[in-house]
Amino acid sequence: MKAEKDRKPAADFALKDANGRTVRLSDYRGKVVLLNFWATWCGPCKIEIPWFMQFEQELKDRGFAVLGVAMDDEGWDAVKPYIEQHKINYRIVLGNDSVADTYGGVDALPTTFLIDRDGRIAAKHQGLVSRSEYQNEILHLLDSSKRTASSRSHVPALLLPARAD
Amino acid sequence: MATAKVRVQLKEGYHVNSNTPSEDYLIPLRLVWNAAPLEVVSIEYPAPKLEKYQFSAAPLSVFSGSFDIATKFKVPGNAPHGPAILTGKLRYQACTDRMCLPPRTVEVPLTVDIQ
Repeated sequence: MKAEKDRKPAADFALKDANGRTVRLSDYRGKVVLLNFWATWCGPCKIEIPWFMQFEQELKDRGFAVLGVAMDDEGWDAVKPYIEQHKINYRIVLGNDSVADTYGGVDALPTTFLIDRDGRIAAKHQGLVSRSEYQNEILHLLDSSKRTASSRSHVPALLLPARAD
Repeated sequence: MATAKVRVQLKEGYHVNSNTPSEDYLIPLRLVWNAAPLEVVSIEYPAPKLEKYQFSAAPLSVFSGSFDIATKFKVPGNAPHGPAILTGKLRYQACTDRMCLPPRTVEVPLTVDIQ
């Protein structure tokens, strides 16, 4: 995982979800996001999906969200049945090469980014990794932003920025 | 009748789904021809291997390493004599045991001399 000072901003995008609604990455600012590029024809991708569903379920109340970006050329014809069959509980949008390029090109699937609460890329994984590796990184990001938030709350009043009147 | 072989060479660690993949969601290997002025009689793929990967519950029907796809062509009676270029398209989708590359279609040019 990258140190905070080395994290670059994750590119914003506007893509449609399965209900036709526009989803922007910037909608998730303030949350830790697992951004997963995948496809229905990708065997390794499908191993991870149940893990991501569990993370979504267990950690959403702590400010975590999974966002899947499906890269199927067949579009919703292939992806919607898969979402319904597997009862995927997180948002999935349809991706394209243009968005993939803004993430340095997604040459292989799955490719997964962990994005911190400030919208910066904390980690990138290309290919199947272990559930525990994802879990450790997600918890670290959730906990570290909690620590940062609580340290801000202890700033003495004298050091707060002056208000412009 | 004439036979042409397309040799496919995969990088080590990679496999492609065979022409008869074991799961519906897998993209098969497929060679098609724009064969005029010849006609395709048959396309023969090698026997696939059944391989188990960490991401699959059951073995998958795949090709790996180096293999040939053989196409038999026939020459219609009215085919013009002389050189001709046939164009094949080979569609494949390759994976390792951890990741998958997007499906691709490559052109396969075949120069023939009809006599």
